[in-house]
Amino acid sequence: MSIDNSSFKTNLSVLIALLILTVITVLVAQVDFGIFNAFFAMLIAGIKGALVLMYFMHLKYDEKIYSLIFGISVFFVFVLYFFSKLDIITRIIQTSVL
Amino acid sequence: MKDNKNLAHHFNSYKDQIRAEKIGMWLFLATEILMFGGLFVGYTIYHAEYTKVFKVGAEFLNWKKGAINTVVLLFSSWTMVMSIYYAQKDQIKKCQMMLGTTLVCGFLFMFIKYLEYSHKFHEGIFPGIYFSYTGSAFVEDLPLYFSFYYLMTGLHASHVFIGMALIFWMLIKTYKKQINSSHYMPLEYVGLFWHLVDLIWIFLFPLLYLVE
Repeated sequence: MSIDNSSFKTNLSVLIALLILTVITVLVAQVDFGIFNAFFAMLIAGIKGALVLMYFMHLKYDEKIYSLIFGISVFFVFVLYFFSKLDIITRIIQTSVL
Repeated sequence: MKDNKNLAHHFNSYKDQIRAEKIGMWLFLATEILMFGGLFVGYTIYHAEYTKVFKVGAEFLNWKKGAINTVVLLFSSWTMVMSIYYAQKDQIKKCQMMLGTTLVCGFLFMFIKYLEYSHKFHEGIFPGIYFSYTGSAFVEDLPLYFSFYYLMTGLHASHVFIGMALIFWMLIKTYKKQINSSHYMPLEYVGLFWHLVDLIWIFLFPLLYLVE
């Protein structure tokens, strides 16, 4: 059987943390940090996502293979982004309006 | 454990079976991340190229509705976790209550989404070539933003819908007494899917509604 580590208290604290972070997301969006706007928004979303993955989806307590599978998929999304962006800034920008 | 009636004959033990099931589930979730990931990458790149258009587009959205939907989904994720928590303790009544609440949250999310969509359709904001909005806030290439908006929220909403169907199925299973402390794994996998849907919304909300 899988391990029962999800206690009532932990789950409730994670929910409260997620709700507080949602309020912070909205508040941060009202403040202008210039080029860091997107960075802060994604940082908070990242923290929220990590909380959901670790506690609600039990990755913290489970075998590492599941985290690895998930991590690899996220990594390849970044690979896609990296090479697409690289292509745009080195090639397309000089020849088109894009 | 060998005599467990939930053990398929091709597995040595229930532990092996759970491990195989879980790996399968996480592999499926990985493909989901890759599918949404493509859209996220497309959105991010076009956002960088058409920053002004995306800012105007985001102003059409009601961030309050988006924030309410975020809270609804986060809360439903918690009730989903709690339903598993009670199933593990053989408190099936409470488990059903939590599953029911999760389902209600799903309906609430879809209802708010419906309000948002119908408001936009009313103004002529349709996806792709059907875009017919000509109001004062129109800027060139505005349909681009809304193509992303409809594709991403639409794909997400279809996931919410499938998740709700799965939760309903689990609810039936609890009434048939097929979920208990020695066999609650189906609940766990539906939970994983539901949390993934929540996870994607966590990123969609700031990206679509709070664009600078």
